[in-house]
Amino acid sequence: MSTVFSENLKAEVKNLSFFYNQVQALKHVNLPIAENRITALIGPSGCGKTTYLRCFNRMHDLYPGNRYEGEILLYPDQLNIVSSEVDPIEVRMRISMVFQKPNPFPKTVYENVAYGLRVRGERRKRLLDEKVEKALKQAALWDEVRDRIHDLAFNLSGGQQQRLCIARALATDPEILLFDEPTSALDPTATLKIEELIMQLKKDVTIIIVTHNMQQAARVSDYTAFMYLGEIIEFDKTEKIFTHPSKKLTEDYITGRFG
Amino acid sequence: MKRKLSSKIKERVVEGILLLSALSSILITLSIVFILFYEALGFFKDVSLGEFLTGRQWTPLFAQPKFGILPLVSGTLLVTGIAVLVALPVGLIVAVYLSEYAPHKVREIAKPILELLAAVPTVVYGYFALLFLTPILQNFIPQLSGFNALSPGIIMGVMIIPYVSSVSEDAMKAVPMHIREGSYATGATKFQTAFKVVIPSAFSGIAAAFIIGISRAIGETMVVAIAAGMMPNLTLNPIEPIQTLTAYIVGVSLGDVPHGTIEYKTIFAAGITLFFMTLFLNILGFWFRKRIREVY
Repeated sequence: MSTVFSENLKAEVKNLSFFYNQVQALKHVNLPIAENRITALIGPSGCGKTTYLRCFNRMHDLYPGNRYEGEILLYPDQLNIVSSEVDPIEVRMRISMVFQKPNPFPKTVYENVAYGLRVRGERRKRLLDEKVEKALKQAALWDEVRDRIHDLAFNLSGGQQQRLCIARALATDPEILLFDEPTSALDPTATLKIEELIMQLKKDVTIIIVTHNMQQAARVSDYTAFMYLGEIIEFDKTEKIFTHPSKKLTEDYITGRFG
Repeated sequence: MKRKLSSKIKERVVEGILLLSALSSILITLSIVFILFYEALGFFKDVSLGEFLTGRQWTPLFAQPKFGILPLVSGTLLVTGIAVLVALPVGLIVAVYLSEYAPHKVREIAKPILELLAAVPTVVYGYFALLFLTPILQNFIPQLSGFNALSPGIIMGVMIIPYVSSVSEDAMKAVPMHIREGSYATGATKFQTAFKVVIPSAFSGIAAAFIIGISRAIGETMVVAIAAGMMPNLTLNPIEPIQTLTAYIVGVSLGDVPHGTIEYKTIFAAGITLFFMTLFLNILGFWFRKRIREVY
């Protein structure tokens, strides 16, 4: 198993390029993903950070005309996530995602969390109950919803819905959890709660987070990659990126001169 | 100032014309309902509501007439039931395929062709049931009479598939992509996403589609008038000849029934029964449609 900054790696991106039809959105990017750490992708709008994130669970396969080149190796078994021989469903079984807008299903709180387990064919009531409760506790939602887990998920507030989506993603014990600007639709209080939660979660799961909010990246992440026009300009420990960036472009971005 | 006045008058005139045309359709609907009720009232002066609703025979043209509406209602429900058994599952599957599976090109070709099914004149469907489907069915069910409920029921089902599939597909297409992505992200397959997430999300719209389909089946006239047998028959056995409310109205109207007689008034009694059946479904459909907008 390879290491960077003497950390164990959970995944490693090697020379990855991504194309929307003819348009190249990612240009030969590389990135190590440290195990049980939080890696943040930052950069101005349109820099490709969300595109990058969505390569990790092959979300691009849902739409025609998309193409990957290069490798994302998932450790320990060195599965190349973006290989066309790898079934995207197999990838998504191991790597979960939380989206920009909370997207609960029109089901009860319980069924939302149990969804991933049901999809895997789990029917044992006892086990489902246990896993749902555990996931809701992990997502810091259990105390708020324990009396109404059989109510429709739409009745929860926006912040609660997003934590429900986190619980849904956690219920299947993923190896990596992807966050795509998870707080962009939430108010400051709900945002703070989600951030605390994300920091809590890294002991259980490796996290990659895309964020538009630099303070958020600085607060929650251990490593930060700064992206610009489909390339990774700089990757380093978060405190280094935000205090002594080695590239001029990174400094301009984090000091608010553009973006 | 003068220009202003004339343009103001113009505005008024246009507004008046628009209002009038809007009112005319409401007025026509109201007068239809009024005449329906008025003539039906005349019928109920001669026949008690109790006899009408509970009588088990409908023989208004006999020397000893009987005015029980149940045989016509059972005929209507039987044919509608058969049509719904065909149209709802097939329509829903077609909608799932078009909305979730079909590549763009296939959808562009398949949708108009499917909607062509709704453009075939119903008289063609009627003779198709009578002369094509019934003989085929008789190979499998020898007791099937030449006129029966089964064959026009099936054909009517085929006829309303496009109504069901088109509205259901619109409802599924309206489900936001990020809901589907949420399902895929948990490792769900396309099939699981379609049936466990997209269909429940589009539930109100699909229910509305079903109700539109059922309403169409209840109101459909030509197919049953041609292929079901014009025989009021209190039965739920699909292989027997029956008569529906609509087929009765058409049958009596075709004959030379003198204006003002009780036979003439039966048309309106059957009509008002039909009116309440479809009204009920329309209200149900309206309620479901209103609920669609509440979800997103």
